[in-house]
Order: sequence, then structure tokens, then C-alpha cells
Amino acid sequence: MKRLMLGNEAVARGAYEAGVLVVSSYPGTPSTEITESIAKYDEIYSEWAPNEKVALEVAIGASFGGARAMSCMKHVGLNVASDPLYTASYTGVGGGLVVCVADDQGMHSSQNEQDSRLIAISAKVPMLEPSDSAECKDYVKKAFDLSEKYDTPILIRLSTRVSHSQSLVDECEREEKNLREYVKDTAKNVMMPAMAMKRHHYVEKRLEDMRTLAEDCEFNTVEKKSKKIGVISAGIAYQYAKEVFPDASFLKLGMINPLPSKLIKDFAAGVEKVYVIEELEPVIENHCKILGIEVSGKDILPNIGEFNVAQIRKAVFGEDAFSYKIGEEPPIRPPVMCAGCPHRGTFYVLKKLGLIVSGDIGCYTLGALAPLASMDTCVCMGASIGMAHGMEKARGSEFSKKVVSVIGDSTFLHSGITGLIDVVYNKGRGTVIILDNSITGMTGHQDNPATGFTIKGEPTKSVDLVKLCHAVGVDRVRVADPFDLEGFEKVVKEEISADEPSVIIAKRPCALLKTAFRGAALRINNNCKSCKICMKLGCPAISVVDGKVRIDPTQCTGCELCVRVCRFNAIGGDDDAK
Amino acid sequence: MQSNIMIVGVGGQGTLLASRILGDVATQLGCDVKVSEVHGMSQRGGSVVTYVKYGDKVYSPVIAEGEADIILAFEQLEAYRYLRYLKKGGMMLINSQKINPMPVITGAAEYPQDIIDKIKNTSAEIIPIDALSLAIEAGNAKAVNVVLIGLLASRTEIDKGIWESALVSCVPPKFLEVNKKAFEIGYNKGMALK
Ligand SMILES: Cc1ncc(C[n+]2csc(CCOP(=O)(O)OP(=O)(O)O)c2C)c(N)n1
Repeated sequence: MKRLMLGNEAVARGAYEAGVLVVSSYPGTPSTEITESIAKYDEIYSEWAPNEKVALEVAIGASFGGARAMSCMKHVGLNVASDPLYTASYTGVGGGLVVCVADDQGMHSSQNEQDSRLIAISAKVPMLEPSDSAECKDYVKKAFDLSEKYDTPILIRLSTRVSHSQSLVDECEREEKNLREYVKDTAKNVMMPAMAMKRHHYVEKRLEDMRTLAEDCEFNTVEKKSKKIGVISAGIAYQYAKEVFPDASFLKLGMINPLPSKLIKDFAAGVEKVYVIEELEPVIENHCKILGIEVSGKDILPNIGEFNVAQIRKAVFGEDAFSYKIGEEPPIRPPVMCAGCPHRGTFYVLKKLGLIVSGDIGCYTLGALAPLASMDTCVCMGASIGMAHGMEKARGSEFSKKVVSVIGDSTFLHSGITGLIDVVYNKGRGTVIILDNSITGMTGHQDNPATGFTIKGEPTKSVDLVKLCHAVGVDRVRVADPFDLEGFEKVVKEEISADEPSVIIAKRPCALLKTAFRGAALRINNNCKSCKICMKLGCPAISVVDGKVRIDPTQCTGCELCVRVCRFNAIGGDDDAK
Repeated sequence: MQSNIMIVGVGGQGTLLASRILGDVATQLGCDVKVSEVHGMSQRGGSVVTYVKYGDKVYSPVIAEGEADIILAFEQLEAYRYLRYLKKGGMMLINSQKINPMPVITGAAEYPQDIIDKIKNTSAEIIPIDALSLAIEAGNAKAVNVVLIGLLASRTEIDKGIWESALVSCVPPKFLEVNKKAFEIGYNKGMALK
């Protein structure tokens, strides 16, 4: 029976049916639901690793151990995992090894818009790109066969619109795969220069073999229609192009690396004009140009953002879409920290103290937006601590007394701990605030090594952040509640003025956790003088309605942070101000 | 034949469940279906949009500007924002609820006045309802999404039983009763407005 499935669920289903035994991943939108779906299958061992590098290493180890294994991440996660990836390309595999990478064209939830196809090319790892959920399942299954046949990891490229769209998928039975025999093979599995040089020759030969495969494989298909226009496309862009060019001939490329040559030449020779429709970088287009084929692509469409059908239509045919218009631009609605979010207390204090905040990535990055607007930088996961240390080394330790770094619990364990070690080792004096909300929030509530639970919800040891910071050499470590605004402010003031490294653990659970405090919705009473200090908190539940400050009872969690900033005792009690 | 339906609202309002119910309905009809969802950052109170497309064969999971047959708007400002996606002669079902976005809360922007009238003046067909009050009447303010699904159901030719069984498969058993009631209220409201 056909079932409606997210692309990500379909990837998980494909891995399940292919007999995968081990999956290790780190969350990241839009890839997260793959591993969350995997965790529902009892036949598969799954885990959240502390970061993508570890995740891929676990999968490589499982593969060397003879199991079919997979690791999933978002595009920037593959940067973190690229070190093992580039060399796993040389070693090849034991059991089949598949790495899923989800790009985020349009940056719905990311800090950049890089095109993972370029990593596949430079790592010399074959890459498949499905364009809907049925293909997600199918390609992942076949990727495991290819991986074992050609002795290579295989990359599956996803994108926000493929990962997060549901379409119909046929479910099949799981095929159990026996562990491949473990054989010690240092020439293949120990990458020292002499062995690695031989393997590099193997990698080049493998690419040649796969080029031959690309010329004639089920992933690359020709749909012959009109001879006037031929479209070459892949992934989600193919789906858009099919709507724009209903009568054109198509070459749909499901294998993105390596690309076929003869197939493309023959296709182009059979049509009058060739369009290459691909988001982000001109990967297919440049390949065509190297082959001497004249194509239209990035000359009419951008290499920035995601495409849409109306935009392609306009670029190709000059047609404007119909639309009802009003003429004024509606105000934007950016994401906000939830009502009751523990990060709100921290940023309220940091703003009040006027500190320079070296930021990081997580829900707390929303602290950069008005009205809290108290984050100065955000580059990549884990960067906050090293960057604050760099500022200190550039501008001196007096300057650094106005700087703090803020980093979430999951992000700290992902790659912040190494930054902290650097601070201690190299005699810095930075203050780090670990925003410990007991979960990986931004990506939708995944457990991490500090939460005390595994991906399957089983209790496990949890990292003791206090002891960990002590162990790397930070003597000043304090735990504080960010909703105790006065107490928290005092702690921050004391720690930033100390002449040695310090860590403040801002501890309070995410308001969306089942275990989090949830009180009755608060109300504004008759004492309200409309001073609006409570609105400086940037709580989405508090706003002015008909000239009066009001708390939206459907959003309020009763966290009482606003009660603490109110000077007139105007919040609480039963009566709404008249 | 293809139907293009958009569901727009504010992260946290339950647009995802609404789109899944609709996706289930289309699957029961034996159609090809695509549902494009929003996960991640904008779920935190941002502007969210999901697309549901069904018919003989669906390619793009996303609806292009000027191509939505129906837009189900969970909030006025979001109705306004996505109006340009409506097809000529399409219909917009609008929950009259207003949720201030942060730029309005901070005073950096103003919430536009008289949105519903302005949309009406473009000659687009609209049906405004107060889904929040209806959800509260059903017993849970959070059931706004299912009230609106009931309203949508009243405007399609699809058999009511199909919607009801989609509810059963998409809503957690714990919340089924209140959601059934919310659906009924939304549906009846839609019928009464015909
Ligand atoms: C290398 C990399 N991997 C994954 C992500 C996706 N991502 C963004 S923030 C985040 C973790 C946030 O968790 P935490 O640090 O605990 O902060 P919270 O959101 O809970 O406040 C993740 C996994 C990313 N941006 N970069």
C-alpha cells in the first residue's frame, strides 16, 4: 500500500528495507527526521552523536565492522564531518556506507547556503539526488548496493523541499543482511602515506568505473517529447521544471557525481535548445560547458536562494504570474523565542549590562533580534568561545571584560568544549555562559549527551557540565537560574570582572519540554501604568491591544519573568485592567 | 484536475496537523499527493506556510504565486501576506484572529488596519470566521486548526466521512473527541454561511 511520507521518513524506510544495522547522526534542519524515524525501528541501532564528525566515524567503524551503516546531517554538518569523509573515500567500505546530507536552498533554517554537490566532487564520493519521497526510499536502498559493489561511501543529497515534503511511497519488507566478515586489511584501512597513495589510484579508477555506470543507469533517465526544448535537471529543481516545461524533453539526473558525458551530449544533440535548471551552483551547467554544449542556466536564473515555478517561468518565457495585490508590504513575522523560554532571562540581563556577546547557534541566536538584540556575532556551531578568545587576544583583557560568549548545551558538547580548552591552555580570561535548557531545542527536541537519555529515550549517563569545565582547568564554574534576574546579573558581573576563565551554567529547562514548569496564564491588573517595561522582554504573549498592554492567554506559560520586571505590581491576580 | 491548497499561519498554531489531515483526505481519494511542510526555525512563532497539492500527477510540492485554489489562513496578517498566491477566482478562508508579530510588539511596525476589507476590495472571494471562539466553544483554544479544516471541508465536494476518517488517523486519540467537535462546528459554520 502506498503511504504518504516525508522525504526524510522515506530515507529512513529505505535504510530499514536495505538491512541497515547502525545509524549515527547529529541533528540539523532539514535532515533531523531521518534519524528520528530510524529510531522507531527496533532492528536498527541508532544514536545521536555529539557532532557530525563523530557520527560519521561511528558509521565508518560500523561499516568496517561489516554492517550496513548510515550517517545523516545537514549541509554545514558535512563540513564538520568532511575530514573522515575525504579519507573514507580512499578506504572504501566493509558493509555499505551511506551519508545523507540535506542542503537548505533558501536558508529556511541555516547560516549559509552551500551546495554539497561540490563536496561530493572534491571528496570523489559518488552522489545520488532523489526528487521525491518514493525516490528517497529507492535511491537509499540502491545506494547500499552501489556502495558495496564499488567499495565506496555514497552520498545522498537532499534538500529542504525534498526532505520536508510528503509524497506517496510503497513500503516493502526489510531484507536482513548478514554482517560481512571482518578482515584485517592494513593496506586498505590504515591510511598512512604509502597505503593512501595506492588507494588514491584506486579512487580515480573507481570514479572512471562510475562514470561508465552514469552513462547507462536507472538513476539518469531521458523523457523524449518536443525536440524544441530539452531540459537537464535534478532533484527538486526537476519537479519545478516539469511544471514550467510540460512539453519539453527531459534528461533527469539522479546521479549527480560523477556526471555522464555521452548521455548528455546525445540528449543535447537531439533538441534545439537546452536549459539546465539547477539551484545554487552551476554544477551540471559547467559540466555541459566543458563538453562544449551550449546551454542556458545561470545566465537567466540566480545561484542564490531556492527556485519556484513562477520565477523560472518568468526567466524563461517572460511571463508574469497573476496576483491579487494590495500595494502595501505587510510587516515581517520573524521567528521569536517562545513564551516561557529560559534564554529570555539571560539575554535580558546581558542587554541590561550592555555586554558584547559572542554568539552561537541554537534557539538562543534569536537573542540577536529586537527587542533583546543582544548578540553580536554568530558564525558556526561552537564558534562563540574561540571568537571571544580571539577578540581578547586582539584587543586586550580590559576589553574582554565587556565580552561574554553564550552557547547552548548541545552546541557546547558539539564543538564548544575545544574552544574552552583553548581559552584555558592559552591563558585567556573569557567568561562563557552555557545556556543549559536540557535539550537540543532549535532542531525540535533531540536528546544530547547532557540530557541523560538516548535517542530511544533510555536513561543513560549524562555529562556533568560543572565537572567537565573544572576538568579542563576552569576553576570558576557557577550554576545560576536565568529567571532569577537579580541573582543572575550579580553572577555575570562577578565573573566578567575576574582575571581568569569562568563558566556560568544558565540552567532552566526549555519551556516546551513536558517536564517544564507550566503555570496558569498571567493577566495584567489595574495597577498597570502602561510603562511597557514588560514588553522589553520580547515575549510574544505580551502586546498592546486597543491601547492597553495585554497578555495572550493562549500563549502565556505563567513563567512570571514579566512579573519580575514589573515595577507596579501590575501582573498577576485575576482582573484584566479595564 | 489538480487542487492546490495553501495553509498559512503563525508557527505554533497547528498548521502542520491541518496539512496532514488534508494530505490524508487526498490520499483516500486515490490521488497523487504532495504536502510541503515547514520544520525548523520558523516553527518558533514565525510566518509558516504549508502547501497541499493533489490530482492525477503532482510535480512541484510548492504552489507558485497566483496558483492556489484555496488559501486557508489561520491569522489575518498571514492572509494578507500570502494573498498574492491566490489564483484568479480562488477563495480565501480567513480566521479573523490577530497575532502581533515582534516588529509590531516592539513598535517598529504597525499591524495593518482593516485587512479583511482590503482583501475583499481586491475582488478576491473570502470567508472570514472567528475560529478561535469556535475552538473555545468546542472545548480547546488549540483546536483552531481543526475548526478551520471543518470550514474547508464544507467548501469542497469531498464526502464528509472521508474527512472524519482522516481526523481519526491524524489526531492523537487523547484529543480526538474535542477535535471531532471542533470539526463539526467549523463544518456547520461553513454550511450556514453558504
Ligand atoms: C554543524 C552544524 N550542525 C547542526 C546544525 C543545526 N543546529 C543548529 S542549532 C543546533 C543545536 C541547538 O541546541 P542547543 O545548543 O542545545 O541550543 P537550543 O536550541 O536548545 O537553545 C543544531 C543542531 C548547525 N547549524 N550546524
